[in-house]
Amino acid sequence: MSDSAISVLILDENKIRASIIEAGLKEAGHSQVTILSHTTGIAKEIETLDPDVIVIDLENPNRDMLEAMFQLSRSVKRPVAMFVDHSDGAALVSAVEAGVSAYIVDGLKKERVKPILDLAILRFNAFAKMERDLELAKEELAGRKLIDQAKAILMEKRGFSEEEAYTLLRKTAMNQNSKISTVAQSLITAATLLNEGD
Amino acid sequence: MALSSLTNIHAGFLPLTDAAILIACKELAYDKKNGFTLNLVKESSWANIRDRMAIGHFQIAHMLAPMPVAASLGLSPLPQSIIAPMALGVGGNAITISRALAEKIHIHLSAPTINAKETGLALYKVVAENRKRNGTPLSFGVVHPYSSHNFDLRYWLNASGINPETDIQIVVVPPTLLPAALEAGHIDGYCVGEPWNSVAVEGEIGEILTVKNEIWKHSPEKVLGVSQSFASEEPALLSAALRSFYEAARWCQNPENIEELAIILAQEKYIGQAASVIFPALSGQLKIKSDQTMQSAGFLDAFTNHATYPWQSHALWFYTQIERWRGQTWDPVKAKAAQQTFRPDLYKDALQELDISFPESSIKIEGDNQFFDQRVFDPGKADQYLEQDLAN
Repeated sequence: MSDSAISVLILDENKIRASIIEAGLKEAGHSQVTILSHTTGIAKEIETLDPDVIVIDLENPNRDMLEAMFQLSRSVKRPVAMFVDHSDGAALVSAVEAGVSAYIVDGLKKERVKPILDLAILRFNAFAKMERDLELAKEELAGRKLIDQAKAILMEKRGFSEEEAYTLLRKTAMNQNSKISTVAQSLITAATLLNEGD
Repeated sequence: MALSSLTNIHAGFLPLTDAAILIACKELAYDKKNGFTLNLVKESSWANIRDRMAIGHFQIAHMLAPMPVAASLGLSPLPQSIIAPMALGVGGNAITISRALAEKIHIHLSAPTINAKETGLALYKVVAENRKRNGTPLSFGVVHPYSSHNFDLRYWLNASGINPETDIQIVVVPPTLLPAALEAGHIDGYCVGEPWNSVAVEGEIGEILTVKNEIWKHSPEKVLGVSQSFASEEPALLSAALRSFYEAARWCQNPENIEELAIILAQEKYIGQAASVIFPALSGQLKIKSDQTMQSAGFLDAFTNHATYPWQSHALWFYTQIERWRGQTWDPVKAKAAQQTFRPDLYKDALQELDISFPESSIKIEGDNQFFDQRVFDPGKADQYLEQDLAN
């Protein structure tokens, strides 16, 4: 299989995301995959590795360095062009939106490289979704802690049972058309302010 | 005006002091005053700014002045038309060197100076000594191939007798990574906008050798890059934006405001460096090494002497330099297209209601006291200028 001969370099400061892409590429039969997660002094390493395809995250400030390397092609022997050529604007849009870009050795057939970028885009998007989910889970956990704290205040100050406390919070949230955690936060703030005078 | 009727403009910027006009516009609400909302997006590379403009994420951006010219020459990965209807001030760069190189340079300087001629000669002597010893050529960092940093550095080296292609190595390193690269010894010096020179001085990693304003007085640096399609589709909105940036530029230049400006820029969402490191570029009191401060009047001008006027002759100069270092000869069609990426006509249209005076011409001669080596750039003879450069 000739595709296995393509060497891919992944430049991504996010090590987890980089290894997710690496795993995908290896599953697809690309054995020559290298990851660089640091950003300084990588020009010489790229020169030594001499990859056919470079996948880089858009957060990485080294894009400007890469483009100059390829443009001057003094340290890198072979000229390299941006993957998405003039006829393929849609691919660039989806790549940029996913937060990834790729560069290839000039002359390498587009059909051979397209699956690599497609895979990178997919994995970047999946990773972003995972991060969003994690963020939501964190928020939910934080919200639950607030509710517990608010319930404890109501139980202490008004002699409510836990269930009564929760029902009051929920009712208030419904009446105010806001989240229970928001009501809980307001209650905690108010209780803190009132206690400060003690 | 009700908030709901405001229109949004998305603008990309890099964490640099010369993004001040855009940031001040947002922070002081000159955008709202002119009926739109400016959304600033901090970016990590010039390539991102260019590509995100090409696909419509940004309508306008903080941009290196040669970038619209490079785009007109087809030197962008995607075909795109970028115009510059306004300059974002002039000056603001410096050349910083490692302390090891500074020690060698000081031997050839009788007194501390940032004079471009004297420091250039001192560097020439160090390079000559190095060549005699068959040492590794010095390596200098710039932020992008199509940047005034690259062209200023090359101009200064060349006019000082140092061949930028053979005597020295020029590499591209992003602004935020330059101080670390200098400290690690990957490079011996760099040319970059502030605060990335002062950051190195403050960290005692390097010293400022000379500044852009010494190499070429009152010279172009960043522009407001505008996607041509946005300019065509939303002329009134673009005019409103230009008026708000003009007002912001005037605010930035006022000495009474520069302390506040430094504090605004210092925020993590903008530059993310201490206000004390940002302030010197705004005051012109430049700390060039740990125990030495120099007055550099006009180091970074946001507003004075038509600092926001997009001179077409500046675009033409960048055209000559891009082609010079690519080894391409004069092409009248390309030169004209390059020159026309700068749009003083749009600038005047937008600002005429402000009752201010404009330069009469869209071009100017850079006379014998502008460039440090007294070379004259006459836009009417730009073809000969490029020819001389190529013969050099």
